[in-house]
Amino acid sequence: MSGQLDQQEMARLQGIKNKERMKIPRQDMPEQPAAERRKNFIEVPHGYAEMTAVIEANRCIQCKKPACRAGCPVGIDIPAFIARVAAGDFEGGIRKMKETNMLPAICGRVCPQEEQCEKVCILAKTKQPVAIGRLERFVADWEREQGKVEIPAVGPPSGKSVGVVGSGPAGLTVAIDLRRAGHEVVIYEALHAPGGVLIYGIPEFRLPKRIVHSEVEVVRRMGVEIRYNQVIGKIETVADLLGRHDAVFLGTGAGLPWFMGLPGENLGGVYSANEYLTRSNLMRAYDFPRVDTPIAKSRKVAVIGGGNVAMDSARTAVRLGAEEVYLVYRRSEVEMPGRNEEIEHAKEEGVIMKILHNPIRYLGDEKGRVRQMECIRMELGEPDASGRRRPIPVAGSEFILEVDTVVVAIGNGPNPLVPQTTEGLAVDARRGTIKTNLNTMRTSKLGVFAGGDIAIGAATVILAMGHGRQAARSINHYLETGKWEIEFLPGQEPTEETR
Amino acid sequence: MPETGEVIKNTILAEKVNCYQVYAPAIAAKRMAGQFVIVRLDEEGERIPLTIADADTAAGTITLVVQEVGKSTARMARFKVGQKFTDVVGPLGTATHIEKRGTVVVVGGGIGIAPAHPIAQALRRAGNRVISILGARSKDLVIMEAEMQKASDEVLICTDDGSYGVHGLVTDVLKGIIDKQGKPDQVFAIGPVVMMKFVSMLTKEFSIPTVVSLNPIMVDGTGMCGGCRVTIGGKTKFGCVDGPEFDGHLVDFDELVQRQAFYREQEQESLASFQHHCERHKV
Ligand SMILES: Cc1cc2nc3c(=O)[nH]c(=O)nc-3n(C[C@H](O)[C@H](O)[C@H](O)COP(=O)(O)OP(=O)(O)OC[C@H]3O[C@@H](n4cnc5c(N)ncnc54)[C@H](O)[C@@H]3O)c2cc1C
Ligand SMILES: Cc1cc2nc3c(=O)[nH]c(=O)nc-3n(C[C@H](O)[C@H](O)[C@H](O)COP(=O)(O)OP(=O)(O)OC[C@H]3O[C@@H](n4cnc5c(N)ncnc54)[C@H](O)[C@@H]3O)c2cc1C
Ligand code: SF4
Ligand code: FES
Repeated sequence: MSGQLDQQEMARLQGIKNKERMKIPRQDMPEQPAAERRKNFIEVPHGYAEMTAVIEANRCIQCKKPACRAGCPVGIDIPAFIARVAAGDFEGGIRKMKETNMLPAICGRVCPQEEQCEKVCILAKTKQPVAIGRLERFVADWEREQGKVEIPAVGPPSGKSVGVVGSGPAGLTVAIDLRRAGHEVVIYEALHAPGGVLIYGIPEFRLPKRIVHSEVEVVRRMGVEIRYNQVIGKIETVADLLGRHDAVFLGTGAGLPWFMGLPGENLGGVYSANEYLTRSNLMRAYDFPRVDTPIAKSRKVAVIGGGNVAMDSARTAVRLGAEEVYLVYRRSEVEMPGRNEEIEHAKEEGVIMKILHNPIRYLGDEKGRVRQMECIRMELGEPDASGRRRPIPVAGSEFILEVDTVVVAIGNGPNPLVPQTTEGLAVDARRGTIKTNLNTMRTSKLGVFAGGDIAIGAATVILAMGHGRQAARSINHYLETGKWEIEFLPGQEPTEETR
Repeated sequence: MPETGEVIKNTILAEKVNCYQVYAPAIAAKRMAGQFVIVRLDEEGERIPLTIADADTAAGTITLVVQEVGKSTARMARFKVGQKFTDVVGPLGTATHIEKRGTVVVVGGGIGIAPAHPIAQALRRAGNRVISILGARSKDLVIMEAEMQKASDEVLICTDDGSYGVHGLVTDVLKGIIDKQGKPDQVFAIGPVVMMKFVSMLTKEFSIPTVVSLNPIMVDGTGMCGGCRVTIGGKTKFGCVDGPEFDGHLVDFDELVQRQAFYREQEQESLASFQHHCERHKV
């Protein structure tokens, strides 16, 4: 992060009126040009320089009742951290941030700010919102690059021990907060690396692995033990863990890929997004044959879906050298659940948007490898249960698209392994999620808590983190009082206003 | 104390067939017949699924019998006693469903004999009369004969080239049993996909319940990627969690063969570059 701080300019900015503040344009974040980044896995945006961050932070008018904070799923004191950045006090900024969010380098990169804090920022009414996400990323990167990462203080030993299943954002967050309270914490992770989706799903060019590793390093240095290669439900059950720990937190995520059940879906070259991304990210197949894990060498790739997972798959396919990458989505672009930034990045990188299209079957060659996909055009009808207009196939509009790789990215559900092997753990029959009280994060089983995607279905990093924090509060309360049957944590009962 | 993943013993059973005893006490204590582990050799390694052929709970070891077929298994063969596989995860997959049926035939083809061994043991313990058929290309490749003798009431051997036992295929031997001794009550077949396919075709004719153990290409082995999809009775199943054992009469073997071959070119490239590297560096 280069760029000297211009003290004079900083002093001037501190003194200006709100009217002038609002005239400062939103600061761009430099990024790798599309033509270049198509060929590498290096992170796309470079992050703000120090002075750019100061200028951007000075756009904030420090609202008395900040809408942005209410829009943040974990209630970060946004104006307070921004005020410190505006004054050049980056260390103060990151400390303020970390009071609420322990993983800002990650959230600053992957949170859908345009749907959360930035969407409701007061400036968004007339101008562009304050770039809260970029500032979040800035303070977190600044802290790491300056070597100023503080290891949170660990409380005196409580004599209690908690087992955490899964090392995704939910598991990491609950572990940090439980260690702060002095409990012993052991994380059990099925894979050989920590981070959950952050490590196996979200690609390097969006979230560099070294950032995830440095966050995990903090967790480790706090004295949390992470045991890899432990598939709970196989090597040990939740009941086994309860025999050793005073409480158990389940943060196993939503890692079960859905398929559409179309003819030809099991042809060679048809992947789930999870497999495609896991091969490329976790197993580093882009470096084959230097590493042992292969991935399809593709010319024409079709990615099915319109969310972040689909964008990540399509942009990965581009980088793996595909000549043409189609994104096949059954609704129109407005309905795409993926972040705008990702959709824009995908387009810049040459991903061809086939909106209002749906696959109906896959056709293979004599070796059983996918060669073509039959698509049908769609049109939008009346709004459906999700409030979005329902896509309806246009009769007779079928056509063939030549493809040699297909990535199915239509969503993931919870993996049933833990529920199936845990007696007394109630599961939502339709969604497969573990029934969890979203205030106390308690499940139907005594001593067992849950949070993140396993509790609510595939959602976001920040919600998983929020769950982790709340679960830690609730676990602390349980370990202190021994009380299980509560509807709300003390002090968090709904009021007239929140009910 | 060894660490989990440490190679305790490494012996050669036949040409390009290696037997590893790997320190993994927790897995050794927990595993059941039919389950497998996933091994990652080192940071560059892929996740290699391998059946647990045996376990010694006292020594805390599991036994893996591995055939060198490509880069990963060739790299594995170079691991010496005292070296450590970076990751060993398991036991994965659903355990074999063992019950008392009466007479059960266990067919092991090639290195499939290794995973067939714990199944034969468990079947016998459950009170079945166990007839094992061991098939291989030639005499040198018939492995674990003594162990199978111990685990079975009767052992029949056949080789493709006639260098040992009956000159013929396991299906010929199985047909012989059916003709001479009558229909067995159940058949287990573990080995090359084609072998399992033909055994299943034969037993289907005679309506003998048949269990096969499938080895689709896997990544995580926990139900997270779906790379291990197999078609069973027209329905898609995940080999790693729903299997690896399935009703042989319902398996789409041709699809499995094709899916297994998907990375053929890359595997050859990978092996060639590894061999080239070995020659250059004389390792
Ligand atoms: C490709 C992709 C892109 C995404 N992009 C974004 C984005 O840009 N922004 C955003 O906010 N969200 C994004 N998401 C969603 C977000 O990543 C998830 O909501 C979040 O990671 C959920 O966190 P979690 O801790 O609940 O679970 P996960 O991150 O899924 O972690 C669960 C962990 O538990 C482990 N585990 C599972 N079962 C067991 C078991 N039986 N025993 C032991 N361990 C087990 C898993 O191996 C994994 O490490 C994306 C998701 C994907 C797949
Ligand atoms: C449940 C299960 C149990 C197995 N048990 C044994 C065993 O006990 N002993 C043994 O020798 N082999 C076993 N295998 C097969 C073994 O995993 C493969 O031979 C090995 O991964 C090949 O790697 P390679 O790099 O040496 O060969 P490659 O050159 O990469 O591949 C050779 C062939 O092995 C298969 N293969 C490749 N990668 C994988 C993978 N990731 N997962 C599964 N198959 C793959 C493919 O069909 C391929 O055509 C088992 C496979 C499964 C799924
Ligand atoms: S709503 Fe916008 S302007 Fe107001 S405090 Fe939040 S970031 Fe600043
Ligand atoms: S190997 Fe990934 S789901 Fe079976």
